[in-house]
Amino acid sequence: MTRAAGATNKVRVRRPPGGAAGARAVASGIVVRPARRADLDPVIAIDRTVTGLEKRDYWRSVFRRYAGGGKSGRQFLVADAGGNVAGFVIGEVRDWEFGSPPCGWVFGIDVRPGMRLAGVGTSLLAAICERFRRSGVQTVRTMLARDNTLVLSFFRSQGMMAGPFIPLEMDLGNDDAAAAQRGEPR
Amino acid sequence: MRLQKNTSLALYSVIEFAADPARHVSAAEIAAKYGVSAHHLAKVLSDLARAGIVESVRGAGGGYRFTGNARRLTLLDVIRVFEDLGPAATRRESGEATPVGMALRLVQSEIDEIAKATFGSITLATMLRLVERQPPPPRRSASRKPGR
Repeated sequence: MTRAAGATNKVRVRRPPGGAAGARAVASGIVVRPARRADLDPVIAIDRTVTGLEKRDYWRSVFRRYAGGGKSGRQFLVADAGGNVAGFVIGEVRDWEFGSPPCGWVFGIDVRPGMRLAGVGTSLLAAICERFRRSGVQTVRTMLARDNTLVLSFFRSQGMMAGPFIPLEMDLGNDDAAAAQRGEPR
Repeated sequence: MRLQKNTSLALYSVIEFAADPARHVSAAEIAAKYGVSAHHLAKVLSDLARAGIVESVRGAGGGYRFTGNARRLTLLDVIRVFEDLGPAATRRESGEATPVGMALRLVQSEIDEIAKATFGSITLATMLRLVERQPPPPRRSASRKPGR
């Protein structure tokens, strides 16, 4: 799945032309709808193809928490191409993290490699943004590894720019970092 | 990351060409638009042509035209034609082997990596949309009459 640390991007949630409701008919023959249990295997397969890792337990957990039509601002949507899952997007509304007003977070998006460059990712992002907008938020954010240029370029092409937050991390196994936390000299 | 003047000129030029790939744009036209020397710009365009990003068209109505894929070519691809972005390319400074120098280098490296990720994620197609969203430049004052 496309996610994890790196650059943080955000975009104001813009309304797409034509509005939206329920399942959205989008890029030719694609319908974006909430994920069902039967979608789990194809979603796991797409993730495995892209990342090289099969994370079945993780995906079951994501499905339990995020599927179900946007309860608590959580979204797990799939792009359905004639009964086949062409891609997915997952996100949620997060409130007041580090002082940020409620905003939509996209923390996973992917499209089956053979179905890319056909507007599937654009449709998925537009659908989740529309749901975020209906939840009352005006901004959507995501975070990606700096070297994930493919997906970074995708989000940029959708109008996302660097946001006001900077992701930071620390290696907890690093002796220097542990000493610094204890206030000790090296 | 501080871009050299040639790199900035290349970015201006490539964005101009990509805005209308079918049109042949002369070096003089771009030089006039951005207020730079046509002679200086010719060298930049020649480098872009060698990199396969533009091609020169000879004869009447000639100039240059964009030959890349605007949805794939990123700002970083253009920058790399003119800048050496490898770690060895950083200018050596006295004091960099000291703890302070090394710590500063670490911070500079963090900034450079973010800059590279930013340039590397913006395609020319995205850039053109960004250009469209910018307000038009202020109109020049009409108080100066031509010929004066």
